[in-house]
Amino acid sequence: MLGYMTRRVLIMVPTLFVISIISFAIIQLPPGDYLTTMVAEMEAQGNEIDEAQLDALRERYGLGESFFTQYYRWITNVVFHLDFGHSFDWNRPVSGLVGDRLALTVGLSIATILFIWIVAFPIGVYSAMRQHSVGDYAFTMVGFIGLAVPNFMIALVLMWIGLRYFGQSPGGIVSPEYADAAWNLGKVLDVLGHLWVPIVVWGTAGTAGLIRILRNNLLDELRKPYVVAARARGVPETRLTVKYPLRVALNPFFSTIGWILASLIGADAIVSRVLNLDTTGPLLLRALMAQDMYLAGSLILISAVLVVLGTLLSDLLLGWLDPRVRFRYGR
Amino acid sequence: MAREIAGSADPADDSGLTSGRDPAGDEQEVSVAPQWKLVWWSFKRHRMALVGGIITIFIYLVALFAGFLAPYSNDSFDSEYAYAPPQRLHVVDDGEWGLHVHGYRAEQDPETLELSWEIDESQKIPVGLFVRGEEYELFGLITWDRHLIGPKDYDGPPMYLLGADELGHDMLSRIIHGTAVSMSIGLVGVILSFLLGVVLGGISGYFGGWVDNLIQRITEFVISIPTIPLWMGLMAAIPSHWGPLQRYFALTVILSLISWAGLGREVRGKFYAVRDEEFVMAATVDGASQPRIIFRHMLPSFTSHIIANMSLAIPAMILAETALSFIGIGLQEPTVSWGVLLEEAQSIRVLESAPWMMLPGVAVIVAVLSLNFFGDGLRDAADPYKS
Repeated sequence: MLGYMTRRVLIMVPTLFVISIISFAIIQLPPGDYLTTMVAEMEAQGNEIDEAQLDALRERYGLGESFFTQYYRWITNVVFHLDFGHSFDWNRPVSGLVGDRLALTVGLSIATILFIWIVAFPIGVYSAMRQHSVGDYAFTMVGFIGLAVPNFMIALVLMWIGLRYFGQSPGGIVSPEYADAAWNLGKVLDVLGHLWVPIVVWGTAGTAGLIRILRNNLLDELRKPYVVAARARGVPETRLTVKYPLRVALNPFFSTIGWILASLIGADAIVSRVLNLDTTGPLLLRALMAQDMYLAGSLILISAVLVVLGTLLSDLLLGWLDPRVRFRYGR
Repeated sequence: MAREIAGSADPADDSGLTSGRDPAGDEQEVSVAPQWKLVWWSFKRHRMALVGGIITIFIYLVALFAGFLAPYSNDSFDSEYAYAPPQRLHVVDDGEWGLHVHGYRAEQDPETLELSWEIDESQKIPVGLFVRGEEYELFGLITWDRHLIGPKDYDGPPMYLLGADELGHDMLSRIIHGTAVSMSIGLVGVILSFLLGVVLGGISGYFGGWVDNLIQRITEFVISIPTIPLWMGLMAAIPSHWGPLQRYFALTVILSLISWAGLGREVRGKFYAVRDEEFVMAATVDGASQPRIIFRHMLPSFTSHIIANMSLAIPAMILAETALSFIGIGLQEPTVSWGVLLEEAQSIRVLESAPWMMLPGVAVIVAVLSLNFFGDGLRDAADPYKS
């Protein structure tokens, strides 16, 4: 197990390195930099810019230097001091801006993954055990629809229903009347009343996908000779299913954490914009528009690192649960 | 029963082994049937896949004949009819056949200046089929001015079967025009990622060794990065002065730069599976050249599989384009796609007063759903290893 773990962690290092270069390269792609945007804006307003001040700014952010010098300075600060640089647009350090929002994004992602598991597990097992039953077809149909509906459409429809029939928007994370209130039972209940919306919106596609994977895996497993042999020996049907096939079929629950996390963090920008949530997604969108390069690059880097960590976590869990996985890495 | 056997038989297995089965009834037909026929037989058994396929073809036809099917052109609008609600199309007029819609009566709130629309039953706008309207170019070649449906009097009051948007564009026409862009993004993007995926996956699977290792690492890397932030970053890098066509191609290239990885994996897996088969060895022993082995012997044995996977990648592309355009960094006006149309449905106030702005979303769902069913059926039919 230890060998497997070290191997798995070592593989991660070059991945993270390449990801950091790509994140930095992307934000350098647009022509010009934040200062040119700022100068254009100020000139449009009729303000004169002091050339010396501009040079000072350029010097401070290292904007005039080569790509690799800039990258090196940025990444060493990130790695050794957790300093992600300075946001031009907000005129604040990136780490301070991102902190709270990141907590919300991660918290919501974890809650959504739990939601996906809780919903997908019974349905997936039921569909496989009662293959071709009415329930199986109904769930398959619902699953297909869940995969086909873009999650912002679900968000839009939920908002519309909320407005139309309940007279309030289900967006945001707290109702306006609680926004500045101290934490009390009323506010906690209010937050819970809001939280289910992003969780359902985010989780639909993942749930639909996981149900299909679980169903197919369990079906494959149930057809294997060892199941037939156990049945021939008279092992009761429930015990027969729970003891082995189900355990093997459970692998995707852990192996998919990585890509579910990737899709959640990806969908964040779109869903949060509709639902008006203060997560990292809308911040990234705004930063990209404003060429706020350190903020945008840091956000892309952070979300990629989160996904890599999620994949690592799921691989470790999988290696712990399934000796075959460990063996494959051990060779 | 015979057809079931045919469906499960390896399509690559055209070596004459199938003729060894008992020659009863259409069994004989099965043994001589070409591969595409076997695939078609087993595809037909999937009711949902068949329905999905028909709807898919229908949607692509709509995209082809958009100019003819839409009552109005993409950029014709009447700002007097901002957010006019959908009209009902009446078929019977005073006991006689006569297509018509009722006109509108607008009331302005004296305080908020907000327009509220009511259908005016007393006003009748005659509607006809194959009516004369704005000129358009079919397939970019034939200039024509006939529209499938529209108000008989072209200069009279407009018709809004699915309501109007903020500027008074006809939503029905815009959804129809958006079909062409939305559906073609899927096709073009998939073809691009198919080329990348087949070439890289093929090299990886055929040669193996360190080449395979390298390409696999790259594939894993591409799969592991979160797509939407990356797409957002790349799209934001596109210069704002680029025209609609350039933006369109930039978007397809960016989408396929990332989505080739899944297809590449699939192709590599297939190459690996087939590499050690007897027919490949036979070809090698026969002295066939490497390109000949790859393209004449190996590729045809899983072409159907690749096509099925491609058809499953199209809906993912359509969803990606819709999502990016929705947040305003994908395609932009004057290009009209379903995502661009949905961008206008973002604000709560619009949703409250004009819920029909969400209708392009219905088009997305129908298209993606039918493509998914179609692709799923195709994959099951093309997969020789499933029973």
